[in-house]
Amino acid sequence: MTELAIETSGLVKIFGKTRAVDGVDLAVPAGSVYGVLGPNGAGKTTAVKMLATLLRPDGGQATVFGHDVVREADTVRSLVSLTGQYASVDEDLSGTENLVLIARLLGHRKPAARDRSAALLEAFGLTDAADRQVKNYSGGMRRRIDIAASILRTPELLFLDEPTTGLDPRSRNQVWDIVRIIVAQGTTVMLTTQYLDEADHLASRIAVIDHGRVIAEGTPGELKASVGAGSIQVRLRDAAQREEALRVLSSVLGEAVRPEADPVALTAQLSGEDSDREAAEQASRALAALAAAGVVVDNFALGQPTLDEVFLALTDHPATEEAAA
Amino acid sequence: MSTATTTEPTTTASTAYAPAADRLGAVLASREQPPRPSAWSASLTFGWRTMLKIKHVPEQMFDVTAFPIMMVLMFTYLFGGALAGSVTEYLQFLLPGIMVTSVIMITMYTGMGVNIDIEKGVFDRFRTLPVWRPAALVGALFGDVFRYVTAAVVILVVGLILGFRPDGGVLGVLLGIVLLVGFSFAFSWIWTMFGLLLRSEKSVMGVSMMVLFPLTFLSNVFVEPETMPAWLRVFTEVNPITHLVAAVRGLMAGSPDGGEIVWVLVAAGVIIAVFGTLTMRLYNRK
Repeated sequence: MTELAIETSGLVKIFGKTRAVDGVDLAVPAGSVYGVLGPNGAGKTTAVKMLATLLRPDGGQATVFGHDVVREADTVRSLVSLTGQYASVDEDLSGTENLVLIARLLGHRKPAARDRSAALLEAFGLTDAADRQVKNYSGGMRRRIDIAASILRTPELLFLDEPTTGLDPRSRNQVWDIVRIIVAQGTTVMLTTQYLDEADHLASRIAVIDHGRVIAEGTPGELKASVGAGSIQVRLRDAAQREEALRVLSSVLGEAVRPEADPVALTAQLSGEDSDREAAEQASRALAALAAAGVVVDNFALGQPTLDEVFLALTDHPATEEAAA
Repeated sequence: MSTATTTEPTTTASTAYAPAADRLGAVLASREQPPRPSAWSASLTFGWRTMLKIKHVPEQMFDVTAFPIMMVLMFTYLFGGALAGSVTEYLQFLLPGIMVTSVIMITMYTGMGVNIDIEKGVFDRFRTLPVWRPAALVGALFGDVFRYVTAAVVILVVGLILGFRPDGGVLGVLLGIVLLVGFSFAFSWIWTMFGLLLRSEKSVMGVSMMVLFPLTFLSNVFVEPETMPAWLRVFTEVNPITHLVAAVRGLMAGSPDGGEIVWVLVAAGVIIAVFGTLTMRLYNRK
């Protein structure tokens, strides 16, 4: 039995009439990246806030390295660090000032606070911007200073709440690299995200959350296998043939086929059993069947399972509908 | 073409950043756990944060410089002739009161500051730090104390220019300011509470105005309460601002009133006990 960084049972948080977190059980092994995947409003941030001692649970319990997040909040605070979804540094202050401030609050003496801040700014490529106010930073730089502020004292457990939402692809890759380096040094990372892709790249285990409940949990491989290997998107030459195409695809693939908003497009699920080759095979069988039925295909594409598809498969409703919840 | 080739390397060098694995790793490898800072040192660090914000956004000092000057000039010349016959004479009575009014009114920015700060998410980080919990707010108030002192000094200087000649001398004036700033520190906890309680800075400002206007005007700042109807006098008698003004006036005039000073100190203690507790309860729950 490996050590658990986080263990929760029946964790509940209620806001008014909404059960934002509704009985969450988690067991997060130490020393790896744990992904919490879900759409906006699924309860990811609320769950993280409870684990980071920012919110008091309304029910159930949670421990961080064996310490209760309510009764031993101070001990938990000395083990964890949180990079929130919204800038958790002071925009009016410069990069250096922000880092030195947090370092001092963590108990570093002045010279140590300055040294550690300077070293982190350098490692994060922010030395040139060190004396500029954070409000003048680009999105990627701001994320980096945010993460730097979280590791001024190397935490045992680091919460990253949607660290790449709103970042361009390059900045997103930089954040991914940083996360890998941090984990390699022995820190456990809990990462929330809306992107299956991101959880897939970084996390060794993933919990999928919807409506405050864990609806699936496992390794990325297990999760994708349960969803299917992906999907095939087909564009027809003639919209009149779509009914026929739908019928052919469902009988060949035995899976859900749905028409898209575009009258000539449709998407079919592939049940690839966790094997890309099988997915490709299915796709070619599907295309052959369409050709045999006389349906003219203009083009097609194979898609990796997206969060939307994970949600469709797990909950029978697309993730995006829940954005307001 | 030649310009493009010369500028390109510099732009890519500044935008393309690759995390330095070895350097970052080296920093993280030091898993040193520094000792938890004392309550006092954490509060001072938060106070330093407020001072840094003043350094970066000096416009925020406008309300502790321009506003008090305006207050002194307005009320001295508006009421001076009518109430005391002469401006200089009225100033001896008015200045300590106007100083109290201005500084007490400035305290409401504390609540707005807390409200804006909390909206921004920085406080989420502060609240996950293992430091003495009230430090963030106490530190913010330390910064505000600097603003209160600035406002008091500005008013004093304007007053001296206009002809304010306190009999209490340097010591009396100094003690008066210390008492005023001390009480304002305590009074600010009311606003930190509202700053945490209310949803927007506008509502904080609205509530502040509703409390501050009656408190400052229905007092002995501008006129002696003897001229007021009985029911109003009852209010001015229990109004802490009345006692604060009386105490500060006494100190500056060289005739300190022990009873009033004790009243003010006790009131300050009660305010901190009540509103400090409420503030911290809200802060922990937020």
